[in-house]
Amino acid sequence: MENPVLEVEDLSISFTQYAHGAGRRELPVIRGLDLTVRAGEISAVVGSSGSGKSLLAHALLGLLPYNAACTGVMRYKGQRLTREKMEALRGKEMVLVPQSVNFLDPLMRVGPQLARGKREKGVKEKIRAVLARYGLGPETEEMYPFELSGGMARRVLISSAVVERPVLVIADEPTPGLDGTAAKRILGHFRELADQGTAVLFITHDLELALTAADRVAVFYAGVTVEECPAADFGRQAHHPYTAALWRAMPGNGFVPIPGSQPYPGREEAGCPFAPRCDRRREECAGTIPVRREGRDYIRCVREGVVP
Amino acid sequence: MRLEGKSLTFRYRKDRKPVLEGITISIESGERLGLAGPSGRGKTTLCRLLAGYETPTSGEVLLDGTPLSARKGPCPVQLLWQNPETAVDPRMRMDRVLAEGGPVAPELLEALGIEPDWLKRWPGELSGGELQRFCLARALGPATKILLCDEMSAMLDYITQAQLWEVLLAEAERRDLGLLVVSHSGKLLERVCTRVITL
Repeated sequence: MENPVLEVEDLSISFTQYAHGAGRRELPVIRGLDLTVRAGEISAVVGSSGSGKSLLAHALLGLLPYNAACTGVMRYKGQRLTREKMEALRGKEMVLVPQSVNFLDPLMRVGPQLARGKREKGVKEKIRAVLARYGLGPETEEMYPFELSGGMARRVLISSAVVERPVLVIADEPTPGLDGTAAKRILGHFRELADQGTAVLFITHDLELALTAADRVAVFYAGVTVEECPAADFGRQAHHPYTAALWRAMPGNGFVPIPGSQPYPGREEAGCPFAPRCDRRREECAGTIPVRREGRDYIRCVREGVVP
Repeated sequence: MRLEGKSLTFRYRKDRKPVLEGITISIESGERLGLAGPSGRGKTTLCRLLAGYETPTSGEVLLDGTPLSARKGPCPVQLLWQNPETAVDPRMRMDRVLAEGGPVAPELLEALGIEPDWLKRWPGELSGGELQRFCLARALGPATKILLCDEMSAMLDYITQAQLWEVLLAEAERRDLGLLVVSHSGKLLERVCTRVITL
């Protein structure tokens, strides 16, 4: 088995907020998050809005704002990911495919934007080859972002990320606003990268899409990883009640909702964040939740076995 | 009640080709019509025309045979937007946002899971899913007969999606509303609609 390219252990992120006047408070947004991404695999991270998905991407690249504090261990190819290392790796070995098309510079043509100021020989050819790989002709280099359609802009964002042959691609919601066919095509590009040995971290709220594209799926709830398992197992045997509830709520699988909503950052009770909505709640749920590992699977629940 | 779009053609700019050309569509009370189609085909534009936010370049929008624009009072056709963040005034607290659509039954608020203390919050203090609950409550005012749902649940997780649809379908059934459901998700349309058309 391949060694993990990226390991995240017990990551917590909190923000310092000014509450009233000069009174400050710490707002924990991610608590005890775990994740592993391997070469040649697409690992999807699924969670509803506000579960801390985008923050994870920003933490990995050292892009958190100044008032954020980050604890826990992040390892890249077995080595601690320090601030210096992040800065050295990002944009080269570790790249981000951002969420929004607004991440392109509106006043710069696509070509120079992909070259990022480099002028040495071969850069132009490299860019042309990358664009061609995603079905964009040389005329795209002369275009400004506003001239691109939604789908083209997505492909430019991916091109921009893979010019340098990255080891780890972090894709933060790369498919919103695209119809099924276009989204599948974009995911096909990620599959291709993974097949060439790149590790892909695919962040999304769309479970259905994650299941069609990814090898492994990690489910986030209120800033905590509740379960990580192979995409193929998903739903067939959910270990965590939240995962089971998510599965049953899909339009193709019953469309049955559970009541309530995800707790706000800083308003969670101790113990399992899902406990207030869980139909299998027990007394132990209020305490520390042990993590169970079964092979490569990861389950954070006091109950043994699968949810029927 | 019957909402009809008759050979609707619409272009945003004179020198461009029209986004919609000769589209005819009709929605009746009690019906749930699904609208599918790739991005850029004009699904949202069609919703805007049917709700009266835009005037068609040619063709007409009729409600029970009279033009939508000729009616007075609250419009019986309401549009539920894709992005709730941009559909509420960021400078109004949620109780005022809700009041824009007229009085809302407390039972509906409860069914939608809207907590009483959310009413005193600002839109920026609520998540997309929570805002969409308010938008749904606001669009379901007493005068509403036809509701156009433009990807109302695309950005929500599946549990929140299923929660909102459960409430909306029950309400539509009780009040004999007509729904137009725009979505990229074939499974969703199959689940909630009585008939589906592709643009």
